[in-house]
Amino acid sequence: MSDSHAIAAAGEHEVHEEHPPYLRHHFVSMEQQTETTSFGMWLFLLTEIMFFGGLFTAYLIYRNWYYPAFVAGSHQLDIFWGSLNTLLLICSSFTMAMGVWSAETKRHKGLVWSLIGTLILGIGFLGIKTIEYTEKYEKHHIPGHNFDWKGFTNPTQEEIAKGDKPLAPDMAQKTEVYFSLYFAMTGMHALHMIIGIALLCGMLFKALRGGYMDGHIAFVENFGLYWHFVDIVWIFLFPLLYLISRHQ
Amino acid sequence: MSSTILNLPDQSTATVPKRNYLTNENGLMSWLLTGDHKRIAILYLISITFFFFIGGALAGLIRLELLTPQSDLMASDTYNKIFTMHGVIMVFLFLVPSVPATLGNFMIPIMVGAKDLAFPKINLLSWYLYLVGGGMTLAAMITGGVDTGWTFTTPMSTHFSNTNVVTTGLAVFVAGFSSIFTGLNFIVTIHRMRAPGMTWFKLPLFCWSHYAASILMVLGTPVLAITLVLVVLERTIGIGVFDPTKGGDPILFQHLFWFYSHPAVYIMILPGMGVISEVISTFARKRVFGYTAVAFSSVAIAVFGFFVWAHHMFIMGVSNYAVLVFSLLTMLVAVPSAIKIFNWAFTLYKGSITFETPMLYAFGFMGLFTIGGLTGVFLGSAGTDIHLTETYFIVAHFHFVMVGGMLMAFLSGVHFWWPKMTGRMYPEKISQLAAVVTFIGFNFTFFPQFLVGMLGMPRRYAAYPQEFQVLNVFSTAGASILGVGYLLPIIYLLWSLKYGAIAGNNPWRATGLEWQIQSPPLTENFTTIPIVTQDVYDYEWLDAQKEHEVTHVG
Repeated sequence: MSDSHAIAAAGEHEVHEEHPPYLRHHFVSMEQQTETTSFGMWLFLLTEIMFFGGLFTAYLIYRNWYYPAFVAGSHQLDIFWGSLNTLLLICSSFTMAMGVWSAETKRHKGLVWSLIGTLILGIGFLGIKTIEYTEKYEKHHIPGHNFDWKGFTNPTQEEIAKGDKPLAPDMAQKTEVYFSLYFAMTGMHALHMIIGIALLCGMLFKALRGGYMDGHIAFVENFGLYWHFVDIVWIFLFPLLYLISRHQ
Repeated sequence: MSSTILNLPDQSTATVPKRNYLTNENGLMSWLLTGDHKRIAILYLISITFFFFIGGALAGLIRLELLTPQSDLMASDTYNKIFTMHGVIMVFLFLVPSVPATLGNFMIPIMVGAKDLAFPKINLLSWYLYLVGGGMTLAAMITGGVDTGWTFTTPMSTHFSNTNVVTTGLAVFVAGFSSIFTGLNFIVTIHRMRAPGMTWFKLPLFCWSHYAASILMVLGTPVLAITLVLVVLERTIGIGVFDPTKGGDPILFQHLFWFYSHPAVYIMILPGMGVISEVISTFARKRVFGYTAVAFSSVAIAVFGFFVWAHHMFIMGVSNYAVLVFSLLTMLVAVPSAIKIFNWAFTLYKGSITFETPMLYAFGFMGLFTIGGLTGVFLGSAGTDIHLTETYFIVAHFHFVMVGGMLMAFLSGVHFWWPKMTGRMYPEKISQLAAVVTFIGFNFTFFPQFLVGMLGMPRRYAAYPQEFQVLNVFSTAGASILGVGYLLPIIYLLWSLKYGAIAGNNPWRATGLEWQIQSPPLTENFTTIPIVTQDVYDYEWLDAQKEHEVTHVG
């Protein structure tokens, strides 16, 4: 049996069998390949859920412990920018979904414009995030050596009018935990956006040259899943960080 | 040995097949840019062996320092760095990738009847991430080391340590992604790439245990990743998630860290258990007793493994109720582990047992893992844990499981599949000697540590009271024997690459699909995708095949 058989069989294999251009050698059919890639992507998103899960756990615990500090910290966030960003991301998810649909139905123009739309909305989101971060920097709300918690012990007249109560010094110090989590969570989310935008640029470049029009759109589909995932993370971050302590 | 199942081709005429995955392409770039799971497995094998010997050398330094009660070979600071680097390298750069990234990478696609893993490029990326992580760890070590222990415990790691915590933390972060990608690849491959007829319950148990370990890698490692990111941010920017002076809680770090690092011990041991299932079945010539139970016990270990993490923290300020619950849950993990051990024992019962090297290592595994597991019950019981934790008892316990268990399994697997990977046999006599030397050296090294631990010698100190010296001398002497046991394989395995006997397709007359193809395999594994009709571990099918030649596989 053994070697002679195997070598003979190997020789015969030199003849290259016909298969679709995008079918990788180790898959039997296009269907298997597509299913496999999409399964892999879902699994990767599962790891991402666990990655953010650590942060959400920390948030839940500290919110429970330092409730007044979390309320006060949350009041410092600008609900206008937050809502606008949520709107931008939801729109970008829509344009991305349109992009996947255009690729499926082989609409070149549709794909290019959807991707451009997604790109602009994504960059817009990061731009607004920069404005928000700058504001935190000016108010010394970035955790670290320059963090200023004293402002939370005696809020301004304006803040009191909006419903802020002065915090005892030990609780006011805990606002640093809130802002630590704010920056860790939104920062990790922004990092995912930046990676997404980089991938999006590559995809747009290929789409402009007529790519993805031959039915091989696994990359577009999986990127779509990634983009929606990043969107969904924000859909959780926005209420937790901006909204739920709004009127307390 | 009087009896053997070894079945080699006629050495005067046999040759290693000219066309195989090793000879398919030549040149350095054909290795560095390969997508072939078998080549990546070899790359991994070389790199983890490198890190194993670095970690081993550090262990040697630890044992040398502990030869005498005073801290005389090195300062206490240096000692702290040495055991930290030993832990980091052995855990993250050796144990976690040891069996999965080498043997698993090589065998799983062949076992399920596929031509490659689902994502060859991600597989290669995983090796590069491993190298980056390993390189960063070495850089951290050379430029001053790190002294927090491999657990990066806060606030030590965030506030009090002046060493390279950031570099090491990021190194582990990167290496963690290599592990995530390996696990992801395995899960997708086992789900989607099985050959026609290869149902879930025809999968070798090696695949089942890798599947369970992969679940842990995919779900656990990201939590470690974010935890280390937070530690790094805390050291660099000064955020306050774990910092008690700012209201953060160091215990939260422990929870998040052990949420990964406890399942991580199952990431390490489960693939080893897979190896043992294959080896025991092959050298006892029997189907694994209670195949379904063993398969599901792997999954059960993975599931339970996620709910026991706080047993690392009984003395660290968790509530008494939490201690009770986690103590109980910890006992539950003993059940699936015991199912495995008992089923292997029943597989041996009335089997035709032969004592080739892989089997010797497998016996070593069964004995040492059982001791390691039972001492784990002492540590999982809240009462005894208070006395035993942070002593040498715990060091001995996890070395029995990790070195006595996992490393034995790794060596067992390397010997078992060596003929498949290289096409040549290792020399039997000297490797049996190495297995015995390893077993003896291991027991001399680590059994005394149970005793000094019971007597109360704390871990992680360079100096200790005079009365512990005798047992420590035993341990150090044993370590030198163990060192010989580890050096021997690397010498004779390299020797065998050129001078070993030609192995033929199936030297062990084993039933797995990987044994039905040529050794070393073709790059595409199978010329045609096999159609699996036989059951798993079906030795009668194999004997029938011998009469009519294996035609429909490979």
